[in-house]
Amino acid sequence: MSLSLGRLGAMVLRYVYLLRSSWLRVVELAYWPTVQMILWGFITQFFMTNSTLLSRAAGLFLAAVLLWDVLFRSQLGVSVVFFEELHSRNLGHLFVSPLRPYELVCALLTISMIRTLIGVGAAAALAIPFYGYSIFTLGLPLIGFFVNLMVMGWSVGLLVSALVLRHGLGAESIAWIAVFALAPLCGVYYPVSVLPHWLQPVAWCLPASHVFEGMRAVLLEHTFRVDQMVYAVLLNAVYLAAGVGVFLLSFHSARQRGLLLQMGE
Amino acid sequence: MTETVIQVENLYKHYGPIKAVDGISFQVQRGSTCALLGGNGAGKTTTIAMLLGLLLPSDGRIRILGEDMLKHRYRVLPRMNFSSPYVDLPHRLTVAQNLGVYARLYGVRKVRQRLAELGRELDIEAFFKRPYGKLSAGQKTRVALAKALLNKPEVLLLDEPTASLDPDTADRARNTLKDYQTHSGATLFMASHNMSEVERLCDQVIMLRSGRIVDTGPPHELIRRYGRQDMEEVFLDIARGIQSGEVTV
Repeated sequence: MSLSLGRLGAMVLRYVYLLRSSWLRVVELAYWPTVQMILWGFITQFFMTNSTLLSRAAGLFLAAVLLWDVLFRSQLGVSVVFFEELHSRNLGHLFVSPLRPYELVCALLTISMIRTLIGVGAAAALAIPFYGYSIFTLGLPLIGFFVNLMVMGWSVGLLVSALVLRHGLGAESIAWIAVFALAPLCGVYYPVSVLPHWLQPVAWCLPASHVFEGMRAVLLEHTFRVDQMVYAVLLNAVYLAAGVGVFLLSFHSARQRGLLLQMGE
Repeated sequence: MTETVIQVENLYKHYGPIKAVDGISFQVQRGSTCALLGGNGAGKTTTIAMLLGLLLPSDGRIRILGEDMLKHRYRVLPRMNFSSPYVDLPHRLTVAQNLGVYARLYGVRKVRQRLAELGRELDIEAFFKRPYGKLSAGQKTRVALAKALLNKPEVLLLDEPTASLDPDTADRARNTLKDYQTHSGATLFMASHNMSEVERLCDQVIMLRSGRIVDTGPPHELIRRYGRQDMEEVFLDIARGIQSGEVTV
């Protein structure tokens, strides 16, 4: 198994061309994260006068919403870009070239990171003049939070892409709802302890729950929870391996069933 | 001595009870042009997809350029290419961007130089900067051919290369393919419904019906054997189940 940087670069270049081909697409990347940031910024301002919790950590909701968007945008960055291949009926050409399926996966992950940085980066930058809040005040742990949420987003994105490769573009809408189905369990805006007892073990199986718990520890207690970070990394290793594995299995199944030439038609 | 470039042995593709390809065997020699003919659903596209490795056979062996396609597909793919009007390129990318990406995927050195060569040969330079989706069907076909010739393939697989083209554009496409083969010695393997194209380009014909090979030979020999005027009539005979030697008028 050998990964060619030339082929990987070619695929990333192609996705960058696609992104550049329409300025509306670039604006769209930043649109929802910015709207969310503005909305939660106002909510924060309102509650700051009524909540001792928020008066201790004004950026609690803003950090949560921006980090949540890292997860959501990185998942969309994988699945939506993959769907574009299906829509353009292009898989047949791609996979008679020397491109390996795992090189396509790496290219999808790379473009997902670029799209996430553009989308969430713009919202994070705008939060500074809008609300005087900089997510960078989280310090070095921010890098760990960002990477872990992005990897979880990649895993979900690959699982969704595998599902669509298996069942066709009819299953496309799952990309827009998959992460939201997990949102109540991730403890984005509240601690996992708020959840019913029987649901908490399920929540702790999600890397994002550990990230958001770690984020609250930094903001409220000014401590970095190494244990939460380690759990997140270990869980992500399992999730990413599962995501890549299921995608490659689904690709093999598509070759058996003759779907690579039919997709998008 | 002729060299076998494509070797297919007892190839099967079954989808449950449906036998899309039912035990076919054939060989294609280097530098020749072979056509796979048959009605809709005869198994042409399925066979080509298996040769390319896009579809896994239920059973059988495929060797291309001496390599087992099921085990060592990636050794052969850089030396092959494929064109089909049914497989597209991203519409929003320009022609030059699309070709540049594929050139890099095939590991072409001096990408700009190769694109310039193909631009001149296929007369597509004028729309290099236009989005692929804004081209006419004829222009798209020329770009698809440029994509198929990017890596100077030794084996070129074509699925209905001139489908839905006007006679002028189709003739240009055929000339391009013939010129390329003359200069490179490449082997062409195509599925086609255009019998005059087959007569003009092909040295060998394989006739499929219901996933099985029902006849094979050079076009002129098949025309003689079936006592017909052209391949169009031979095609109709074979598609309707008439064997050579039982000619009806």
